[in-house]
Amino acid sequence: MDIKAYIALSLTLFTIGIIGVLVRRNAIIIFMCVELMLNAVNLLLLAFSKMHAMSPAAKALPTYASDAQIFVFFIMVVAAAEVSVGLAIIVLLYRNTHSVDVNFLNRLKN
Amino acid sequence: MSITTLAFILLSVMAVTCAIMMITSKSPVNSILWLILVFFAISGHYVLLNAQFLAIVNIIVYAGAIMVLFLFVVMLMNLNADTEPVKNYRLQLIGVISGGSLLLVLLSAIMKVKEQHPVQMNIGDAGLVKSLGMTLFKDYVLPFEISSVLFLSAMIGAVIIGKKEN
Repeated sequence: MDIKAYIALSLTLFTIGIIGVLVRRNAIIIFMCVELMLNAVNLLLLAFSKMHAMSPAAKALPTYASDAQIFVFFIMVVAAAEVSVGLAIIVLLYRNTHSVDVNFLNRLKN
Repeated sequence: MSITTLAFILLSVMAVTCAIMMITSKSPVNSILWLILVFFAISGHYVLLNAQFLAIVNIIVYAGAIMVLFLFVVMLMNLNADTEPVKNYRLQLIGVISGGSLLLVLLSAIMKVKEQHPVQMNIGDAGLVKSLGMTLFKDYVLPFEISSVLFLSAMIGAVIIGKKEN
């Protein structure tokens, strides 16, 4: 499989995430679209690492081939921490405004 | 057409379809279930790329833990489909057009590249649990320990933010 197919797939998923963030107003769905974008980037990172897996530099360094997978692992770790705090903020928003519509957040303006 | 190509196309179509269903479905619970299907498709891609550890972690952490957290929050809030207010269709159209043109520009830039760079799908043992564990606990042990501090601070932060003030 060519790398261009993976780039196209990741770009499509990332753009769907962007469109979701732009179009939807439910804060939970916006948050889920951010997760979708993170996953698209993870997939692309892994595909690029597999593209370079058989290069001469991979033979020289012992961790060359698995570095990207460790990176993806740490991205998942940070995403899990981010989700817990973000959902707590959304619960707080719901408790104050009785809605998860992001348009109600404009009271921070003044 | 080889079986790998067929699996790639099937998983890609599944991922994109479920992602589109996720952002178009009215109910937040349906949206979460579609996103879980997207994560399963991406895990299938990880298996195709010979990264078994990441496939399992993706299912356990994303589909198992994070999406269950989302489901819990949605069910706690008791959100219905009609809580979403009347939409501004012009703004929606502008959002879709701008996102679509971004995709068009990026894809056309990618497709102009002539050289072939094949992804090595079935070789290498870098994605197995053994080699990844050796790398994680020998070369990356300090970031691993720091991430535990990150989790602790995230837990404390979530509790403090979510606490009811008297």
